[in-house]
Amino acid sequence: MMRFIARRLLQAIPTLWLVATLTFFMLRLAPGGPFSSERKAAPEVLANLEAFYGLDRPIGRQYLDYLWKLLHGDLGPSYKFATHTVNEIIAGAFPVSLQLGLAALAVAVIAGIPAGVFAALRPRAASSAIVMSVATLGICLPAFVLGPLLALWLAIKWHWFNLAGFVSARDLVLPALTLGSYYAAYVARLTRAGMIETLGQDYIRTARAKGASEWRVITCHAWRAGLAPVVSFLGPAVAGLITGSFVVETIFQIPGLGQFFVKSAANRDYFLVGGVVVFYAALIVLCNLLADLIQAWMNPRLRLE
Amino acid sequence: MFSNGISRRPFSCSKILPRAAASALVIALLGSGCAPPESAVQRGNREGILHLSNGDEIKDMDPHTVGGIPEHNVVTSLFEGLVVLNNRTLEPEPGAAERWEISKDGLVYTFHLRPNLRWSNGEPLTARDFLNSHQRVLNPKLSAENARMLFVVRNAEAYYTGRVREFSATGFKALDDRTYQIELQSPAPYLLGMIGYHHIWSPIHLPTLEKFGGQARMATRWTRPGNLVCNGPFLLEEWRLNGYLTLKKNPHYWDASRVRLNGVRFYPISSGDTEERAFRNGQLHVTYDLVRPKLEYYRRERPAVLRQEDYLTVYFYRLNVKRGPLADARVRQALSLAVDREALAKHLLRDGSKPAWLLVPPGVPGYQSPDVPASDPQLARRLLREAGFPDGTGFPKLSIQFNTHEKQRAIAEALQAMWQKELGISFELANAEWKVLLANQRTMDFDISRGSWVGDFLDPKTFLDIWCTGEAKNGTGWSNPRYDALIAAAGKTFDQAERFRCFRQAETILSEEAPVIPFYFYKRVYLLNTSVKGWGSNLQGYYGLKDVFLDPS
Repeated sequence: MMRFIARRLLQAIPTLWLVATLTFFMLRLAPGGPFSSERKAAPEVLANLEAFYGLDRPIGRQYLDYLWKLLHGDLGPSYKFATHTVNEIIAGAFPVSLQLGLAALAVAVIAGIPAGVFAALRPRAASSAIVMSVATLGICLPAFVLGPLLALWLAIKWHWFNLAGFVSARDLVLPALTLGSYYAAYVARLTRAGMIETLGQDYIRTARAKGASEWRVITCHAWRAGLAPVVSFLGPAVAGLITGSFVVETIFQIPGLGQFFVKSAANRDYFLVGGVVVFYAALIVLCNLLADLIQAWMNPRLRLE
Repeated sequence: MFSNGISRRPFSCSKILPRAAASALVIALLGSGCAPPESAVQRGNREGILHLSNGDEIKDMDPHTVGGIPEHNVVTSLFEGLVVLNNRTLEPEPGAAERWEISKDGLVYTFHLRPNLRWSNGEPLTARDFLNSHQRVLNPKLSAENARMLFVVRNAEAYYTGRVREFSATGFKALDDRTYQIELQSPAPYLLGMIGYHHIWSPIHLPTLEKFGGQARMATRWTRPGNLVCNGPFLLEEWRLNGYLTLKKNPHYWDASRVRLNGVRFYPISSGDTEERAFRNGQLHVTYDLVRPKLEYYRRERPAVLRQEDYLTVYFYRLNVKRGPLADARVRQALSLAVDREALAKHLLRDGSKPAWLLVPPGVPGYQSPDVPASDPQLARRLLREAGFPDGTGFPKLSIQFNTHEKQRAIAEALQAMWQKELGISFELANAEWKVLLANQRTMDFDISRGSWVGDFLDPKTFLDIWCTGEAKNGTGWSNPRYDALIAAAGKTFDQAERFRCFRQAETILSEEAPVIPFYFYKRVYLLNTSVKGWGSNLQGYYGLKDVFLDPS
C-alpha cells in the first residue's frame, strides 16, 4: 500500500516537470508579451520592466531560473496583478474554487446517485424513463444556459440569492447547482448502469432469496460494486470541479481559480499561467491517486500491487 | 479566508462528501425558506455605501505607475492632485491647492496649497511632498508608463533621460511648505485639465514607500490595505482580488465634511451580462457598461436608469502606408470616402455613437473641427480610378485585422461590404487575439488594423500628437513634415485661437492623407440607480465620487 502510493508520487515528478516545461515554452512562443498594450509604452520603459522581471535574459537561463524557483515552491510574480505573487493568488483563489467544487460535488452525488438507483430498480418503468430523460437534459444543457436561467428564476424573480460575487456560503448555491447539475446527470447514468449490472449478479439473488429487503440489498450488498464506475469517474471529475470553472465563475462573478487561469493566458501573465497549470497537474495526480485508493477499498478484488 | 471546515481538511477522510452534501442541502433549504434579504443597494442606501461595477480587476493602486480606466476610477478616489475636475463641466477646480496664478506667457503656474492638508495617517502634507512625488515619477527606474505627461515641465524630459542630473534644474519648485511652482517647457493651456484628470500628478507618501522597499521599486506591497497612505476623499479598507475592493471615507481629508458617501465598493465584474443581472437584482448602484442587446429593453421599459453619454474616444482603422496601394494617399482617401458612417452608427452600433470623419471628438470647449468632405462614393471611385484601380480591378488582396470580438467582426464585415459595393475592392477579414493584434501593430505586420484612442485631457492635442513622425503610437508608417510643423507650432503658443487654428489645419491634412480612418465617437452606455445623486456625467467618464451621495427618496 505505502509502496504503491510512493511509486505513484514518484511517477508524478517527471509528469509535473514535463507540464511545467511545455507550458513555459508554449507561452514564450505565443506572440505578444505581458507588457504590450494599446498605449504602447516607451522602449526604455519596456526595457526596464523586462529587466525587472528577468525577461531580458536568454531564454535558457530564464527556464533554469524558473525551474529552480519551482523546486523551492516559488511560482513567481504576476505581471497583471503587479503587487501579488502567483503563490498568493492561488492561496486566495483556490479555497474559493475548492468550496464551490465540493458543493457542486455534493449536488452531483445527492441528486445523481438516488436518481440512478431509482432508475435501476425498475429499468423499464415510465418513471425511470422520465428520470433518465431529465438526466440526459442535464448533460446537454451547458452551464452558460443553465446559470443565467437559474439566476433569472431564483435571484431576479424571487430575490432569494445574490447572483454576483461571493461573500457568504449562500452565494455558492446557484453556482454549485449550475456546476453540479452536469455531473449529477452523468453520475445518475453511471449509477444506473452499474446498479443494473450488479443487481443481476448471483450474490444479489442469494441475498434476495434469503429474504433481505430491497433496501437492505442495495445499502448492504449492491452499492459497493454498483457504484464502482461512479467512483472512477469522480476521481478526475473532482479535480475538474475543485480547480474551478471559468464559465460558472464568470457568470456568477466567483473569485476562484478558473477566472485567473483563463484571463492570465490572454494577458500573457507567464508565471500565473505556469503556476496554475503546475498546480492543476499536481491536483489531478492527487485526485486520481485518491480515486484509485477509494476504488480498492470498495472493491477488494482490485489489487494495488 | 472563508473557513467552514471544508477547506481546512480537503482530502482528509471519506466523511467529507456526506458533510459537504449536508451543508449544501441545508444552505439550499435555508435559502429557499427565507424572505428576500435586503439587497446590496438598499443596504448601501441605508449605510451610505455606493456599490459599483468596475469592469475589470485593477493592476495596482500606485497612482504613478498604473494606467487604465478601472484603475483610474479607484485611484482618483484615493488620491487628490493640486486641482480636481468638476464632475459635470470638467472645469478645473481647487483640490489640494486652494488657488493658483498663471504667468502672462502661460509658462509659470504657482499653486498655493491649503493650510490644513493631511495624509490619511494624520501627517501634514506639504509642497515638498508634491516635489518628491514628481521627482519619483521622473525616475527612469520606476518605469512609469505615463511619465511623458510630465515632459511639458521644463527639463523634465532631460532629467528623465539623464541629460540633467540635478532635479533642482527642472521646473518643479517647492517655494515654501505651502507654495508649489511648476515652470513649463512650452505653453500648455490644457495643463490644469490634465492635472485634474490624471493621477500621475498626485502626491504620494514617500515614507510609506521607503518602508516597503524603496520609492523607485516596482510592485511592492505599499498599496495593500493597511499599508496604503493617501490624501483623497477616501482611503483603502479592503481588497479581495477578483472579489471586491472597498474604500471608506477618509477622516483626514481637508474637505471631509463635504464628502457624503461613507464608502465605495468596486466589483471587478468583467462579464457585461453578469453586471446587468446584478444591477437588476439590486446588487449594484452603477454598472460599468451595458451589453448592447439589452439597450432596447432599457430604452423602452426603464429609461430612468439608462445613461447614454458622449465619450472622449474615437474608433478608427490604421492603414499601413508601406503596404502596396495603401502607400497612395488617393487610395486611402477613397477608402475613407466610401464608408457610410451614418449607416454604421444608425444600423449597426445603435447605441447613439456619433459618426466620425475626423479624430477629435466634439465637445472640446471652443474647438471646432474643420469641414471635411463627408462620405462621397462617387469621388471615392474617381480617386481610385486615378490611382490606377478602376472599379477595383488590379487591387491586391489586403486584409482587415481586428481583435477577436463579436462587435469588431460585425464592424469589419460592414466595412468589407461597403468597400466591396462602392469600390469593388474585396478585403479579407483576419481576427487575432488581442495581444497578437498588438504585437502585429508593433511590428507593422498588417494592412489595415483596428484601433481606438481615449483622450487624456480635453484638448485636440491628445488626439493629434500621436500621428507625428516617429511617435511610438503612430503605427501607420505615415510621416508628414507639414503636419509635424503644425503640431509643433501649436505647442509653442499659449493663445488658444492660434493653437486651435494649427490643430484645424493638422486635422485637414490628416483627412486628406488618411493614414487613419476614423469611423465613430464612442458613447458610454451604463445603468445608474435612481437613488444615486450628484453623479458626474461628462465626456471623460470622470466619477468625482467626492460629490456623489445616495438618496432613495
